[in-house]
Amino acid sequence: MSPALFVFFLLAALAVIGALSLILQKHPIHSALSLIVVMVSLAGLYLLLGAEFVAAVQIIVYGGAIMVLFVFVIMLLNASAEEHTDFSKLAKFGGLPLALALTGLLAAAMIHDGGSVSNSGGTDITLASTSGISMMLFSTFVYPFELTSFLILVAIMGALVLAQREKKT
Amino acid sequence: MVPTQYYLILSAILFGLGAVAFVVKRNIITIFMSIELMLNAVNLAFVAFSQAKGKLDGQVFVLFVIVVAAAEAAVGLGIIILTARNRRSLNIERVDLLKL
Amino acid sequence: MNSVTTFLTQDGGFWVLTLVKIALLLFIVLTVNAYLTWFERKVVALMQSRVGPHRVGPHGLLQPAADGLKFLFKEDVMPGGVDKFVYLLAPFLALTLALASLAVIPFGPNPLPFRFFGHQIDLFITNPSIGLLVLFSITALGVYGVALAGWASNSKYPLLGGLRSSAQMVSYELSMTMSVVGVLLMANSFSLTDIISQQDSSKYGLLSWNTFTFHGGFPQVVGFLCFFISAIAETNRVPFDLPEAESELVAGFHTEYSSFKFAMFFIAEYTSMITVSSLCAILFFGGWNSPFPATWTFTHYIPSLILIPSGLWVLFDGLKYETIFGKLVLPVVGTVIAGIGALLLAGIWIAPLHDVNEYIQGPFWLLSKILSFLFFYVWARGTLPRFRYDQLMNIGWKLLLPVSIANVIVTAAFVLFRSAS
Repeated sequence: MSPALFVFFLLAALAVIGALSLILQKHPIHSALSLIVVMVSLAGLYLLLGAEFVAAVQIIVYGGAIMVLFVFVIMLLNASAEEHTDFSKLAKFGGLPLALALTGLLAAAMIHDGGSVSNSGGTDITLASTSGISMMLFSTFVYPFELTSFLILVAIMGALVLAQREKKT
Repeated sequence: MVPTQYYLILSAILFGLGAVAFVVKRNIITIFMSIELMLNAVNLAFVAFSQAKGKLDGQVFVLFVIVVAAAEAAVGLGIIILTARNRRSLNIERVDLLKL
Repeated sequence: MNSVTTFLTQDGGFWVLTLVKIALLLFIVLTVNAYLTWFERKVVALMQSRVGPHRVGPHGLLQPAADGLKFLFKEDVMPGGVDKFVYLLAPFLALTLALASLAVIPFGPNPLPFRFFGHQIDLFITNPSIGLLVLFSITALGVYGVALAGWASNSKYPLLGGLRSSAQMVSYELSMTMSVVGVLLMANSFSLTDIISQQDSSKYGLLSWNTFTFHGGFPQVVGFLCFFISAIAETNRVPFDLPEAESELVAGFHTEYSSFKFAMFFIAEYTSMITVSSLCAILFFGGWNSPFPATWTFTHYIPSLILIPSGLWVLFDGLKYETIFGKLVLPVVGTVIAGIGALLLAGIWIAPLHDVNEYIQGPFWLLSKILSFLFFYVWARGTLPRFRYDQLMNIGWKLLLPVSIANVIVTAAFVLFRSAS
């Protein structure tokens, strides 16, 4: 077993355990912590795939900002452990097979001969990941780049409007 | 070298787990977190394909997905805070009527 | 024996070497942390016209050991109703992240002259091409230690302190990252060794550092000030330490932590101070480059020039010290320091010592810069009052963030014009 394969299985196991823990934990803060574990292990997988800039952005933005937002909201809303609810019979007995069917279908679709996808177009990975991505962001993808900055501005305004206190009239 | 299929299978498993969490859990915030899990699974597939084909486009797309997820999380959590304030509960089964 | 040797000359040797380096670095950093607390207490005391610790050991030098023992032997109280997993995770997370950030800091330019079973021994643990981004990722994750500690304590003051502190850390993270972009524009790389090498112009010495450069891009004075102020806020130090101030919030997010868990937060705070000081030194002040041009080779004996007088001073101070223990220990320490200085000076005549002197130039300058930044940190603590929370957030969002973005724009314009002409 090569070291890369060993590291892959380690990180993959960590990610799957984190995702399972997200489902099985009762308190939302524990689910949030499990999701952080998933994100950090995915960042490790990105490093293994050679996408170093994406790995760093994953930790800084996803793990360091988005999940902090989730943790803040859970703390502020004083979320408590989930109440027990009764599932319908269909959900209890059909749930697991259906979930497995969904996963199997997705996996089969993704693995099934990817060679039919054409390999032309796009930028080759010759430069270092960071320089290459920045070149593409500012030349080929400059329009989506500017649109996402606009999107972030709209999101900031939306969050401000939603979270402000009601005006006492 | 790890074969690309392994990454894709892992991505499918994570997506399936995210979908199950979305349906099973009752807390609004946990449901929102399962959406983030699904987005992460898709990101992994993108980066795996980017490495397999030798092009950088997949990684640029991942950056866009992360940015959109951030914007969506900000607005979504604002909505969740308002809903929790009005209904006084974070259980999604209580958010089933238009009337408070 | 032969299989061990073959194992060590291949990949196994690399792992063993890395583990040894990690153990050595952890030992050194934890000792420096302990003596940093002594240094802080002494300096703040002298600024306040009092003496500071001077009972435990000569000049209070064994005070950190006494504090460490105290932390180990204190009763470990866990308040009722806490979420046990998160309560135990928070200090562990804070400490791990703070210590992990030391892995990417380079301490010297050249590898050691001898090899470990064929593996080169560099003066860093790892040198990734995204070294600076690794440091920022670790800083970004550091918010969790504080936020989870505040929440898990199941009490009002820690919760408020934790929320305020994490909001402060997230806000100042932005200006901290933006103020570094100017340096990155000039260095064209995220790797810390590349950034230092880019500041190395043997002709100009001091003037080629990123703060003062006039031949590379734009002097990063504003960038440095933004970075330093944001970093002080990021590490929750005075004047930005309202969330853990004793008169305001009892002890903020670490109120409910006792003995060793509190010590973990403490060590994490001082270690992040050391990391930030090294970042300042590396990014803005030339890292291991000497402030003098390389042609002035007589400046290579400045380490001896500093070590010999300080060693002699410690020696003579020890000879007339009050306690017997001090009379024994201090002269020995003084002699050792003066001896090292004399050995380095003897490099003028003895060739192998000359090589040693040349080798330690890089680490010496880097360590002196780190120590001067640590002194600035302690100086700020002894001098400045603390900010109110709304003043703090105003400075972060309304002053430092626009100024650091303006710094990026001006630096980018300069770099563009320089490369165009």
